[in-house]
Amino acid sequence: MSPSVLIPVLLILAALIPALASAVLPGRAIWRNGVNIAFAVFKLGVVAFALAGVAAGTEYEWRVAFVPGLDMILRLDALALLFITLSAVLWLATTVYAIAYLSGTKHQARFFLFFNLCVVSVSGIAMSGSLITFFIFYELLTLATWPLVVHTGTAKAMAAGRTYLAYTLAGSAALLAGIVWLESGAGPVEFVAGADLSGFNTLDQSLIFVLLIGGLGAKAALIPLHAWLPAAMAAPAPVSALLHAVAVVKAGAFGVVRVIYDVYGIEAVAMLGLGIPLAILASVTIVYGSLQALRQSDIKKRLAYSTVSQISYIVLGASLAGPFAVIGGLVHLVHQGLMKITLFFGAGILAERAGISQVDQMDGIGRRMPITMTAFTIAALGMIGAPPVAGFVSKWYLAIGAYQSGASWVIAVLAASSLLNAAYFLPLIYRAWLKPSGGGLPSPEALAATRTWMLILPGAFTAAAALGAGLFAGFELSPLGWATLIAERTYLP
Amino acid sequence: MTLLFALVALPLVFMLASLAAGRRAPRLIWLCAPLMTGLSAWLAISVFEGGRGGPLGGWPVPLGIALEADGLSAALLLASAITAGITGLYALGAYGRTDRETTRSYTFWPLFYGLWAALNAVLVSRDLFNLYVAIELLSLTAVALAAFGSRRAAMRYLMIALAGSLAYLLGVVLIFASVGTLDITLIGERAGEARIPVLTGAALISAGLIAKTALFPLHGWLPPAHGAAPPAISALLSALVVKASFVILLRVWFEALPGLSDPAVTLLFGVMGAAAVLYGSVLALRQQGLKVLIAYSTVAQLGYLLLVFPLAGGGEAATPWAAGAWGAMGFHASAHMLAKAGLFLAAGLMIHAVGDGRIDRLEGLARAMPVTALAFALCAVSLMGLPPSGGFIAKYLMLIAALASGQWPYAAVILAGGLLAAAYLFRPLARMFAGAGTPELARAPHRLLALAPLALGLAAMALGLFSAVPYDLMVIGLPEAGQAGLEDADPGS
Repeated sequence: MSPSVLIPVLLILAALIPALASAVLPGRAIWRNGVNIAFAVFKLGVVAFALAGVAAGTEYEWRVAFVPGLDMILRLDALALLFITLSAVLWLATTVYAIAYLSGTKHQARFFLFFNLCVVSVSGIAMSGSLITFFIFYELLTLATWPLVVHTGTAKAMAAGRTYLAYTLAGSAALLAGIVWLESGAGPVEFVAGADLSGFNTLDQSLIFVLLIGGLGAKAALIPLHAWLPAAMAAPAPVSALLHAVAVVKAGAFGVVRVIYDVYGIEAVAMLGLGIPLAILASVTIVYGSLQALRQSDIKKRLAYSTVSQISYIVLGASLAGPFAVIGGLVHLVHQGLMKITLFFGAGILAERAGISQVDQMDGIGRRMPITMTAFTIAALGMIGAPPVAGFVSKWYLAIGAYQSGASWVIAVLAASSLLNAAYFLPLIYRAWLKPSGGGLPSPEALAATRTWMLILPGAFTAAAALGAGLFAGFELSPLGWATLIAERTYLP
Repeated sequence: MTLLFALVALPLVFMLASLAAGRRAPRLIWLCAPLMTGLSAWLAISVFEGGRGGPLGGWPVPLGIALEADGLSAALLLASAITAGITGLYALGAYGRTDRETTRSYTFWPLFYGLWAALNAVLVSRDLFNLYVAIELLSLTAVALAAFGSRRAAMRYLMIALAGSLAYLLGVVLIFASVGTLDITLIGERAGEARIPVLTGAALISAGLIAKTALFPLHGWLPPAHGAAPPAISALLSALVVKASFVILLRVWFEALPGLSDPAVTLLFGVMGAAAVLYGSVLALRQQGLKVLIAYSTVAQLGYLLLVFPLAGGGEAATPWAAGAWGAMGFHASAHMLAKAGLFLAAGLMIHAVGDGRIDRLEGLARAMPVTALAFALCAVSLMGLPPSGGFIAKYLMLIAALASGQWPYAAVILAGGLLAAAYLFRPLARMFAGAGTPELARAPHRLLALAPLALGLAAMALGLFSAVPYDLMVIGLPEAGQAGLEDADPGS
């Protein structure tokens, strides 16, 4: 096998093998954990190799023929690598966290089976070279996440699972309708090359676009399709972390980027007049998500609505379509992932070790759990957009991009959103560090007994990464540098 | 040719052998299942490489008995050999006692082999009278097997089957009187001469076959019969028996009489199919019993097959692969065979374990019976038409054909049917994941029985993952009407 084919195959196998191994090694936690971590590290190595290759201009592609017109194409271009690198890094962190979080609980074999199938799906989504390949993995992701959402089996979890399926399966049906409609007139649609739209009138082109974006919007939690995301909080913390940072919502946002740039193309979207309405919808989602977050007293719910808001930054960047907006949107794909996963790791630790699930229980927790809360604080500041954390870089580029594209009103949206972000994150930080503890906190001795480094270090690591991505944004291999590379390849082919 | 003969004769030999073998009869399946699967695979390979059958016994048509296998027959023969073989092995759990003879274990095996022989005879016959004999044998063995469950349902089934046979026979007589032949190809050449009597005959034949296939609105007998029978028998009835009469329906309209159909005929079949999909799914959604739910799902899934009438040939001009409706039908029939049998077998194990057939009682089975639950899930995914299953390939090809030919209402029905299938199949699945405890279960007759539905589920997945070869096989020798559409077929060709 030539390396060109081998790399995509290895990236899929690196997650598929631990999935199957987890299923057939029940009861042997040490083996299972070892296999999971070993393959996550291995995958990181393959990603590093591919990064060097793609930076140098190599393209990796694997193609399997299904029925006529349906080729499964896995291709690594710069955009694919942006997503897959994020997922590989965060998955290693989440695997470590999940092993610690779930240790001693039941049904871990099942958990890691579907957990790894999620990695398979996300890798496939990232590397998809055609619309239908994207759809196959997108649907696989729905199926692989459902057992994770309902993992605890409580009535609340089952209801969340039902809501999740209702939104995502309906979304997938819309997406499939759009894809098939497009392909029935334009032939199989490969990314980058894009679709030949000449067979459709402009109304049909717009309708197909609405179907595609609507289908993707269900996973990207665009309003009014966002309600499943706060409900899915019933899942275990590692699942929430991956749902919000890399897997489901990101898959939707990534799909929106692909549709705009690599299926329709920026010019076609602009000509059909679809970019601005989408930007408006994204802006409304941003403000609405923030307002809802402000109203939540449950920490995880607040974080969930914050995700609704933050994911739309990516959609906003893609729909504005200027070079800087593109960079801002793409880089936020990575930055939001790093920051949000830190926040969820933190929330999981608070609930697990200190029994804290509400905002007003957080008084004084900072001194008791300094590492976790420092990481949490860095990530929260990043979400607000405070320099030098990564979130600032995204917002800065988005704002410049909005100005470039002549949509200056977006700057007001960004400013309002930042204010709201501050309004719902600062009280958490204030309570944690500055308020005296109300007495409901566990004693330092009790906390020492539950101090598991595998639970604490992943969050510290991702927080450091979020800080680093902001501080070293000027380097070529930073997320910003890579997003710039993608934008250059898009605009200067 | 000898191979085709062997495929029909061998099960008959096994039928006689099982009568002679007495209490050792169950063991014969260990020989029969691999033998038949091997022969079917051999046939599929030889059809793939270009050999088709010819008349039996050296006499040319119309004197000799024509046995012939096109790509569709070969594919369905193989799928049904896998399904029947695995179901037969599973039936060892219920009818496999060799230490003493019971009425049931004595009668099951001859009926099982008789059913298999009749099914294979239907798939390779090219003569309306042979088909009659084969379908009669099939109906009678099926009714006898259905009587293992509920005698009342079996009586009802018998009445419908006999009425269907009468209508069929009357139609055959009418056609024979007008064109003087029973050979399907020869009828095709002569049908133009006597339009009205031939059409009347075709209408009678169709009515009979629709009743036997349980196509909407003549489906009422199916759910009670399939729902009440023991699991292995439900699997045979739902997966295999109903497909046979549908294949004859195809032969009649696409090969014998393509020139006689007009838009009204395709529309009628299309509307019946669409109604079956929606009506069957909605009723499945309302069932409380697991097996009845699966049986109603069969009513819905059979509706998709009828869509081949309006969709075949759809809009080749638009895209080169839009003529995939024939392949879609083949994929749907094969995938449904595997998945529906798997679903019934898995349901049988679960119902045996909890001692109750209600969906509510399935709580916790994903933990207590993980292999069976996984098998159930894999089969369910294929029935929902989600990737990467064979059911997805069928749905995708059907959708492309529908939209490329501008028949979007069918596309809407297909998508809605997929969502409804997800809704009714996730109900039992969700119960299996719900709760926290692990229920007390009765022991399965043999612990390896769970592998039977798992193998069927994996086969349904493999059909999707390796779909290129099955597709090429299914379109070998596809009738011209399957390529160009029923309405555009040239009469008399």
